[in-house]
Amino acid sequence: MRIALICAAALAAAPISVSAQDAGRNLAASCAMCHGTTGYSVGGNEPLAGMPKDELERKFKEFRSGAKPATAMHQISKGYSDGQLAQIAAFFAAQKK
Amino acid sequence: MSKSFDRRDFLKLGGAAAALAATGCATPGGAKARVVVLGGGFGGATAAKYIRLWGPAVEVVMVERNTDFVSCPISNLVYGGSKTMADITYGYSGLARYGVQVVHDQATAVDTSAKTVRLARGGDLKYDRLVVSPGIDFMVEQIDGYVSAMNSGRVLHAWKAGPQTVALQRQLAEMRDGGVYVLSVPLAPYRCPPGPYERASQVASYFKKHKPRAKVLIVDANPDVTSKGKLFKQAWADLYPGMIEFRGNAKAIGVDARAGTVKLEVEDVKGDVLNVVPAQRAGDIAVQAGLITANNRWCGVDWRTTESTAVKGVHVLGDATLSAPGMPKSGSMANQQAKVCAAAVVAMLNGREPDADPKIVNMCYSFVSDNEVIHVTSVHELDGSKKTFVAVKGAGGLSPARNTLEAKYAWAWAQNIWSDMLG
Repeated sequence: MRIALICAAALAAAPISVSAQDAGRNLAASCAMCHGTTGYSVGGNEPLAGMPKDELERKFKEFRSGAKPATAMHQISKGYSDGQLAQIAAFFAAQKK
Repeated sequence: MSKSFDRRDFLKLGGAAAALAATGCATPGGAKARVVVLGGGFGGATAAKYIRLWGPAVEVVMVERNTDFVSCPISNLVYGGSKTMADITYGYSGLARYGVQVVHDQATAVDTSAKTVRLARGGDLKYDRLVVSPGIDFMVEQIDGYVSAMNSGRVLHAWKAGPQTVALQRQLAEMRDGGVYVLSVPLAPYRCPPGPYERASQVASYFKKHKPRAKVLIVDANPDVTSKGKLFKQAWADLYPGMIEFRGNAKAIGVDARAGTVKLEVEDVKGDVLNVVPAQRAGDIAVQAGLITANNRWCGVDWRTTESTAVKGVHVLGDATLSAPGMPKSGSMANQQAKVCAAAVVAMLNGREPDADPKIVNMCYSFVSDNEVIHVTSVHELDGSKKTFVAVKGAGGLSPARNTLEAKYAWAWAQNIWSDMLG
């Protein structure tokens, strides 16, 4: 443990804040309980992995505005800003289909 | 336990632990940090998997006493008859693909100074960071006669899915038509706020088909149905007219299995099947480890990282935590908290700042019949203090009415969340 801490300290003398990439990954991880780990749905709900960024952003915004009917996504989508949505969409777009 | 510890080895090597020590060695040239996870439920298994997913250099050992995972969510459908025990039972073998080392043993003690976990069979495990996700244990001492009634097998809580689920199903099957099923609900907070009312619905669904003269009596310590109240009551009125009776402010203080009586503060009620769910607290190992901070029941955490407010280097997840405002004790929440934990653990082990803006979602579906579902959902973000979660205003909500479409989504949720934690 001591070794691990020394290594970590040597690698990063001052803590580095979370990267935009990690922030997107962390936000997108919430979707997994319905849409599968990393967006690979095992059934029943739309897979998100590999969905083009524009398409995911458009669908999400349509849920949020009510233009696209939903059972729950219209309620969940209201909890996210456009900036957060862009990070989530970029994460899923970067995954293989 | 007087020898010095090697961080990758065990002092006493038992069966599973010996095998683990052989595979758990660090790669040449660098010591791997080891995270030990206690509990393989929605919180623990998800955390174990995601720490490996996001921190492939971290060694993860998950300790779970049961050989299979049996899901509490969906388990009420076993009483209704639309799902079986096999449908809610999953193995742990899928975690191996992520490099999680699963040890089927019981953690009996944690020494947070020495950073070791004692196992019942396998000796001691050293950790760099510990994740404790023990679920709940019951405050049986609050109900007179509970222990002997439970030990006799006549009174069940069935609030942990597994053998008691099977036993309660059998009691319902053996109950006479015209009998009374009594469900006693403890004061909130307890595991799964809508769970009791979903259970009442599923038992009524079974009665409707097989014992049409039987009754469901809910005696609830809370003043009213604590979750999705209007939706449940509408379903009961429409689907099971005259079958389900709800009594609020009806706290159980005693039980007599032989007489078939649940003693309430104001009266006694009689029943043929007594399903008495006691009040709950964080699981025993959290108590032993000194993680309880609130009301002798729950573990306080810094929600940005899920690190215990009592002990540094230890994270607590799921039902055992002192829930943030508006945050239910649910499988969904434990799954989501586990990812906040995993991201923070990996960041901290690498000397990075944990994410300052985690955001998580609760999604709770309840089956009011075989094929009709109601949901409640919410989105949670850190408040200004950055130490606790609050519900995002304007987001979240309920189903407008019970519907069959969401039965499909509820089952999709179950399959995806089980896979997200275990496969």
